[in-house]
Amino acid sequence: MTLGVELRNVTKSFDEITALGNINIEIHQGEILGLLGANGSGKTTLLKILALIEKPSKGEVYFDNKRVTEQNASLTRLETTMVFQKTTLFNTTVYNNLAYGLKVRKTPKTKIEEEVNRALRLVKLEGFEKRQAKKLSGGEQQRVALSRALVLNTRLLLLDEPTANLDPRNASIIEEIVSTVNRERKTTIVMATHNMFQAKNLPRRIALIKDGKIAGVGTPAEIFGSLSKTLASFAVVDNVFNGEARTTEDGTTVVDIGNNVRLETTTQERGGVSLFISPKDIILFEERFASSARNVLKGKIVEISDLGAIVRLKVDVGRDFVVQITKRSFNEMSLNLNKEVYIAFKASSVQII
Amino acid sequence: MTNILDGITKAFELIFSGDPRVYEVTFRSLLVSGTAILIAALWSIPIALFLGTRNYRGKLFIKGFFTAMIGLPTVGLGLILFLIFSKAGPLGFLHLLYTPTAIILGEAILITPLIVILTTRAIEDVDQEIKNLAKTLGASEAESSIAVLREASGGVFLAGIASFNRAVAELGVAQLVGGNIAGLTEVLTTGIALETARGNLELSIAWTIILLAVVFGITLATLLIEAYKRRRK
Repeated sequence: MTLGVELRNVTKSFDEITALGNINIEIHQGEILGLLGANGSGKTTLLKILALIEKPSKGEVYFDNKRVTEQNASLTRLETTMVFQKTTLFNTTVYNNLAYGLKVRKTPKTKIEEEVNRALRLVKLEGFEKRQAKKLSGGEQQRVALSRALVLNTRLLLLDEPTANLDPRNASIIEEIVSTVNRERKTTIVMATHNMFQAKNLPRRIALIKDGKIAGVGTPAEIFGSLSKTLASFAVVDNVFNGEARTTEDGTTVVDIGNNVRLETTTQERGGVSLFISPKDIILFEERFASSARNVLKGKIVEISDLGAIVRLKVDVGRDFVVQITKRSFNEMSLNLNKEVYIAFKASSVQII
Repeated sequence: MTNILDGITKAFELIFSGDPRVYEVTFRSLLVSGTAILIAALWSIPIALFLGTRNYRGKLFIKGFFTAMIGLPTVGLGLILFLIFSKAGPLGFLHLLYTPTAIILGEAILITPLIVILTTRAIEDVDQEIKNLAKTLGASEAESSIAVLREASGGVFLAGIASFNRAVAELGVAQLVGGNIAGLTEVLTTGIALETARGNLELSIAWTIILLAVVFGITLATLLIEAYKRRRK
């Protein structure tokens, strides 16, 4: 049940505003593609074009290598469905909401009942059939919207910020369902998000969208491994600093990021720069010792966040650095708030963005 | 005062005595106005869907036009239609003048602006994404429009009541293109006007009571149905 989709030179303008400019992207069969971008970057417009409810001003859309035309659009639309960011429900029961798409497809009544029940089980809403959809909680409503899309078993599923404004419990239920559907049904999924954590975990590939253009496509490791200016411009990213780069007498480049914190880097740039150090690249020590790391800074722990297997620490060395360590290391080192520690990272770990 | 009370007493006697003329005229009024609504809905609802779900230049002008037309004097419209339907008029060959069909058409035109504006408002109040939602679930253009109308049903219902009340209570169109011919085009309002002029007050009061009962009864029944539906939701 998979579907490959391609956008070729797609541009979408509303009056004089260009929402999307010359988009070229291939969505592979059975993958989860994340669209990561700031609000208003064009993610929703891109999804609506893929859902065939918006026509591109220029360019072409291909489903399974077949060009979508005016004539075949309504038939092709049956291959795809979309869950909107703002939960949109019909003002009727949960059952009628889920049954709508199946009725449109002229599915027999008994089959509709069977499919609706199955979809509700999948989103953990069994027994909600007769409830008025609009009277449910926000999280439950979004799960109804998702199950209404899943019940159709389309080959392409489009999700616009599916967990935006949801509490962590409902968000994780939805993420789990999306992952299961992709794994078990091999459904091709395109999901818009500006949630970095979600973007890191769910998709196999990420397309960064900025100002209606694709600023980069890659695996989560590629996208987050080397932080780009585009990503840093809208995402809340740890360890991003601005500073002044200058060359020292021995030829190395040092960036002063303020508060007497100077970092050695391998950059050739001079003057004002923005830099990023991945929390994973930073090593934490209790005592100073000789190492090849060019940046060793003394500070104290000012914040501890338990993320399960990982513990996230904020260390104040004059500027706050975020460090990620395993729970085991955290326990073995007996770390606690205000404890003095050293952080170390290589000059090559300092990325200029 | 005694005359009025006397008239009201006699009016009730007429209503409950089963006078055939009273019921024939009442039934014709309901039939003519009811048919006018159904016919007007045929063009008014597509216009409202067009106005309510799309954005384009000139939309405000069109809405302004229909809003202004709600206040169209019924006698003015009656006169225009009289000229059109009369023998020398452009549609004289259809021989519609002084027929129930002429009243139906006239009332349908009269209530079109009201249905258009009230339905447009109801559609505009529906979540703008409903049409897109229906399409993403596989609906065709027509099916997605029906989904929007269903969401706006409360407002469409209200448009129906308001229009029916306007149609059943209007006099100008029915008088001028119907001619108030007994047994053929006589309706409640034209009957009231005629019998009052003749001094037959008890009959005109009886019809007025029936007219008011129809207007209040239908409005109340519709509101009760709406309230019941809302309670179930």
